[in-house]
Amino acid sequence: MLESRELTKKFGAKTAVDNVSLAMEPGHIYAMLGPNGSGKTTWMKMAAGLVKPTSGEVFFNGNPVGIESRKDVAYMSTEPYFYDWMTIESAGKYYNDFFEDFSMETYLRMLSDMDLNEKDKIRTLSSGMVAKMKIALTLARDAKVYMLDEPFNGIDLLARDEIRAAILKAATPEKLLLLSSHLVEEMEAIADRAVFIRKGVLIEVRDLEEMREVDGVSMADRYRSIFGHGEVQA
Amino acid sequence: MDYDPMRPIWLQVVNRIKGSVVTGAIGPGEKLPGGRDLAVQFSINPNTAARVYQELEREGLCETRRGMGTYVTENRETISALRTQMAAEATDRFLRDLRAMGLNRDDAIRLLNERKDTDHA
Repeated sequence: MLESRELTKKFGAKTAVDNVSLAMEPGHIYAMLGPNGSGKTTWMKMAAGLVKPTSGEVFFNGNPVGIESRKDVAYMSTEPYFYDWMTIESAGKYYNDFFEDFSMETYLRMLSDMDLNEKDKIRTLSSGMVAKMKIALTLARDAKVYMLDEPFNGIDLLARDEIRAAILKAATPEKLLLLSSHLVEEMEAIADRAVFIRKGVLIEVRDLEEMREVDGVSMADRYRSIFGHGEVQA
Repeated sequence: MDYDPMRPIWLQVVNRIKGSVVTGAIGPGEKLPGGRDLAVQFSINPNTAARVYQELEREGLCETRRGMGTYVTENRETISALRTQMAAEATDRFLRDLRAMGLNRDDAIRLLNERKDTDHA
């Protein structure tokens, strides 16, 4: 459904994404893992059609990503991009005007599930509340692919539980979800596949339950063995 | 995280549901949540939730009725057999822990008999 072929992005002398070929299928929640600066965000932005690759391509259902695919690929970035005067509700209206597949009804239901008041002004919200609102804005779209960059960062335990529930509710068999986070434990039970990226290079894609069953290893263990000692252990 | 991340999560959820059936928290014939609701309830991946029901069905502990949902078996013998099996496993764990401390079966029985006179049993 979403596939990058020999995808590379260079920023000056630095190679952020290095020749990554990776195919992802619907019906799964992928966790994209790697320390800060390993290229996760850059890969996602290229898949979202927001950043142009230096070489290689990303395909959505066989077609190169671009203006067309943005209708089907929802991306939540880490940067906040809301105006000070906006309320939670007006942020929804903004999305509603911008995205054909946005559902105000779904948005309002998700807000209520996550205990947010749509009349609140965004500038008065805690970072956890903003994180929940951003999740609701993204998941209220009826997209085919949802890419959430750092959905658990800087927020408390209860908000994390609510975000996990919102993600699981959105995960239907025909959709593909991709979460990036360095909070590995948060994703251990909700993801079923892990994509490990180190210094822009794809290390491996693993089925998590199979890894637990066959190797007796958790996603966090695997993360440590890949990134912990600077060496990849087979 | 409520799970041991080093062991298959489907297996841990299967064991929790079995525990609820054995204690009666979930009654015979009771309807279980749909796969996706189970995923949200247990905070697990939907594919893991599907695997949970596959396993419970394979063991005859629940059945899926087409278009109706998944139900706990009404077969009390199956539930009773599960209780016996889980009790045996709990006993094994108990004996294994004592053996690790250098205590044998007779010590276990003595400890259990002493426990009878306390408030904890």
